[in-house]
Amino acid sequence: MRPLEYRRAEDPRRAVTAVAGRPGAMFLGAGTNLVDHLKLGVARPDLLVDVSHLPYDKIEPRPGGGLRIGAAVRNSDLAAHPLVRQHYPVLAQALLSGASPQLRNLATTAGNLLQRTRCPYFQDVTTPCNKREPGTGCSALEGYNREHAVLGASEHCVAVHPSDMAVALTVLDAEVRVLGSGGERTIPITELYRLPGDRPDRDTVLKHGDLITAVDLPGLPMAAHSAYRKVRERASYAFALVSVAAAVQVRDGAITDARVAFGGLAHKPWRAYRAEEALRGVRVSAAPGDTLAEATTAAPIAAGGAASTGENAGGTSTVEDLRAAADAELADARPLAHNAFKIPMARNTFVAVLRGLLREEGATR
Amino acid sequence: MTETIRARAMGRPLERLDGRDKVVGQAPYAYEQQVTDPLYLHPVQAVIARGRINAIDTADAESLPGVVTVLTHLNAPRLTGDGDGDDRELWVLQSDEVHFRGQFIGVVVAETSEIARHAADLVRVEYERWPHDVELSADRDDLYAPDKVNAGHDTDTDVGDVAAALADAPVVVDHTYRTPMEYNNPMEPHATVAVWDAGGLTMYDSTQGVHVVRQRLAPLFGLDPGHVRVVAPHVGGGFGSKGAPHAHNVLAGLAAQVTGGRPVKLAVTRQQMFSVVGHRTPTIQRIGLGAETDGRLTALVHEVVEHTSRIVEYAEQTAVVSRMMYAAPNRRTRHRLAALDVPVPFWMRAPGEAPGAFALEVAMDELAVACGLDPVELRIRNEPDVDPESGRPFSGRRMSECLREGARRFGWESRDPTPAARLRDGWLEGTGVAASVYPRIMQTGNRAWVRYGPDGRYEVGIGAVDIGTGTWTALTQIAADALEVPVEEVRLRIGDTDLPEAAVAGGSGGLSAWGSAVVGAARAFREKFGRHPSAGDEATGTAPESPAAEDFSMYSFGAQFAHVRVHADTGEIRVPRMLGVFTVGRVVNPRTARSQFVGAMTMGLSMALHEEAVLDPRFGHVVNHDLATYHIATHADVQDVDAIWLDEEDPRSNPMGIRGIGEIGIVGAAAAVANAVHHATGVRVRDLPITPDKLFH
Ligand SMILES: Cc1cc2nc3c(=O)[nH]c(=O)nc-3n(C[C@H](O)[C@H](O)[C@H](O)COP(=O)(O)OP(=O)(O)OC[C@H]3O[C@@H](n4cnc5c(N)ncnc54)[C@H](O)[C@@H]3O)c2cc1C
Ligand code: SF4
Repeated sequence: MRPLEYRRAEDPRRAVTAVAGRPGAMFLGAGTNLVDHLKLGVARPDLLVDVSHLPYDKIEPRPGGGLRIGAAVRNSDLAAHPLVRQHYPVLAQALLSGASPQLRNLATTAGNLLQRTRCPYFQDVTTPCNKREPGTGCSALEGYNREHAVLGASEHCVAVHPSDMAVALTVLDAEVRVLGSGGERTIPITELYRLPGDRPDRDTVLKHGDLITAVDLPGLPMAAHSAYRKVRERASYAFALVSVAAAVQVRDGAITDARVAFGGLAHKPWRAYRAEEALRGVRVSAAPGDTLAEATTAAPIAAGGAASTGENAGGTSTVEDLRAAADAELADARPLAHNAFKIPMARNTFVAVLRGLLREEGATR
Repeated sequence: MTETIRARAMGRPLERLDGRDKVVGQAPYAYEQQVTDPLYLHPVQAVIARGRINAIDTADAESLPGVVTVLTHLNAPRLTGDGDGDDRELWVLQSDEVHFRGQFIGVVVAETSEIARHAADLVRVEYERWPHDVELSADRDDLYAPDKVNAGHDTDTDVGDVAAALADAPVVVDHTYRTPMEYNNPMEPHATVAVWDAGGLTMYDSTQGVHVVRQRLAPLFGLDPGHVRVVAPHVGGGFGSKGAPHAHNVLAGLAAQVTGGRPVKLAVTRQQMFSVVGHRTPTIQRIGLGAETDGRLTALVHEVVEHTSRIVEYAEQTAVVSRMMYAAPNRRTRHRLAALDVPVPFWMRAPGEAPGAFALEVAMDELAVACGLDPVELRIRNEPDVDPESGRPFSGRRMSECLREGARRFGWESRDPTPAARLRDGWLEGTGVAASVYPRIMQTGNRAWVRYGPDGRYEVGIGAVDIGTGTWTALTQIAADALEVPVEEVRLRIGDTDLPEAAVAGGSGGLSAWGSAVVGAARAFREKFGRHPSAGDEATGTAPESPAAEDFSMYSFGAQFAHVRVHADTGEIRVPRMLGVFTVGRVVNPRTARSQFVGAMTMGLSMALHEEAVLDPRFGHVVNHDLATYHIATHADVQDVDAIWLDEEDPRSNPMGIRGIGEIGIVGAAAAVANAVHHATGVRVRDLPITPDKLFH
């Protein structure tokens, strides 16, 4: 770890100028990701401008509906906010599935969006990594890549984006407000993150010195019917192998609108537009069975067991439609040596989440 | 049979005597020892797995303000001896050769730890790279049989005609099981503070044995053992990894020689622990079981392939469990090693038994399925009358009782053996059982003294250590009973080589060894001074002879039960309940004992579902070398883990009637979970850890 200068920002514009004018400068949120990187030598800034105390710590309703979330709002506060819980449960659930309470108490909204990949080679300066040091090669491609991408990767980088919150914001069509040298602008979150291509060192479209000031959520009634499901080996304190954020709207026994995003599959939260398209119009048959497994033979680990014999005429065809929608999205998935399991896992999780939402929807009608 | 002491304090759930100090932060661990004007160390590590250092440039590092010096093989003080055998792990900064990635090749000595760390980053190294090899497989052509395996066991055993018995057996189960490379991660990483002055070397160390550190380091530094003092009043866990000094101790000892007497402090980082303080070897194990249709074993084969480092041979005794566990008349065990360019493997909780019992106990479950027998009943049917290996009677073998009592408490009778038949709320449910075993190990060469103080209390001294297991408390209870006084009248002194010679806290045998010496000292004291001593009276004693050890086979036993839920869609595995029933001789302190059992079972759960160090063959390093990526069970994974034990004392073992408790809880735990996963899903996973991807088919 190298010595560096620390400044606490008092004013957003001056913070932007300070960072934009110095290639070695970085913004500091709570530091739960960046400070680790300083210690590991992954990030080597010479100036840190601490923006966690700027007046961006509020969650406010927007005039036309929706919410404005300040960039410095802590993950815990955001997850606990009554309006978030009521109108955007997918966001609260995603936040609470991430990290640990201690980390969430500190972590900021902007820092969470811009946290970097957990690819172990990226975090180890003794191994080559195109994202950390462009041109050195990708160690994960032929290495240990169990947690890496199956969608949208390139030969230069197969890393995944680690944030749970960002997956939820992606189904919500959130917009990120940015203050840069040229003034303020707004970037849809679906356009914030990049695929690696031949520039894996760039996670986002932001320019050096761009300060995130807030995240805007649109008024979105269907988001009241949303959910986040994160799959991981241990029960807590692990990044997603696969995650699904979804919201659905049902009218007259059919899906009229659906939004779905995957986490853990790609270099960015993966908005599943093709699956959404396939979902529109799917008939929701009479109250389906209790669980996916009971109504489907898709439960992979249950082949030959009770799940395959469990019958539920009402739910089965819907489940098949859901599975077809997932397959439409995952058709282009390309597994690496160690992560082929992510594809069936993602499909199953997708079906399970949507089925759960449809059942709730059925119950409230 | 030795004469046992009467249990008055023993058996009581005394609170930890050091508990308050630990909670309020007044129990100094190694790194927190107050020393005057210390300097700080940060190691430089090799980033190749094998080769030679052509050049090492420390100029930038040394020019950094606050850096005192940078030691490398070019300028470090020389060690004494020839650097052979086990010393090769400790032969630090003595040559330009690199034997594994992460090896210490230099150390920065600086005024602050931050400066030291920064400077270490500035050291430039040029290597000559040699090809390296870290990949273990069963079909390598360079596998070899070591002379002995850990703890002095024979490498191979052959009893009867296994091939014929397997060929004739109506039921055969023959599979390969694998366990990965695993790491001890005690809460307190390894740390040491070294002071080198006219009196010699003083080391405040996070260790499982102060005397073993002295015994290993004194000759290396060319010092008389009397000029090396090692102090360790409190230690935050070790699990075997602190059972001997490692390279960091030598690094600190070297650095302390060049600071003009200023103390040096070295805290090993979590990441560095994955290179320099030992690990459990990966294992590839073939288990072949031959049985009659009623489940009675006729043949048992256990053949193990594992790795060791090229510089120091460490041969884990993985198959020894199969030599004594079941009454199979024909048995064969084998250990084969591949010497690789990996860091030096070493002890990890229940070395040998933990990975070995995983394979054996999953195989037994497979045999139960093949015979259509209940796995509890299968084990009871294969209980031997005497130790199959030595032919001696057991000093106590109540495994059937453990199995039955566990089955009763766990509600085993109502279990339907059909796999993949219970789906509740989207989760497949299953239960599993496995047997546990651990040898009673008696380490020799322990001494203790008893002194009567002017305050009317008995001071009892021995160089034992408390690595978090509860030695401060349990050994005080033993001393009180040995002296036949209340615990309040005993003041224990441990954790210092100025105290009498004591064995390492290992092999679940610390308390047995130290307690026996304390009993010897108490008896000597009473013999000399009677019941009414005067202030200043002192006597020294050693452990009484234990002739029964020659005639009896002594082991602790247990049975473990696990209930698992596997998500039918995602393959996530959760363990809502584990129960262990053990028979371990007397339990000195139920409170600290329980935490040993439950802790070890939790480590077994972690072994079953999470722990796996991934070696990258291209670089030779552990890719997941931190606790964010090397997963251990979190609180949320540990739900209802309970342990009970049968009321017992084993007077043949030692005067306390104890056999040791620290490791048995991990033995069999992973198998119980694996067997429950099979019951839940119908999928038999034979390689640990059991992760969701292995359940997709
Ligand atoms: C052990 C562990 C487990 C974790 N598990 C999870 C998990 O399961 N799921 C999950 O989603 N996350 C997880 N996290 C990550 C955690 O969510 C992030 O570390 C946290 O959200 C980062 O927020 P921060 O405020 O600390 O950011 P910082 O570390 O301060 O900054 C992160 C990045 O954002 C930049 N930045 C910060 N603020 C701004 C701003 N206003 N404008 C522009 N740039 C800015 C910084 O320059 C830096 O590059 C885990 C972290 C740890 C350490
Ligand atoms: S996957 Fe990306 S982050 Fe990981 S090593 Fe390759 S280039 Fe680096």
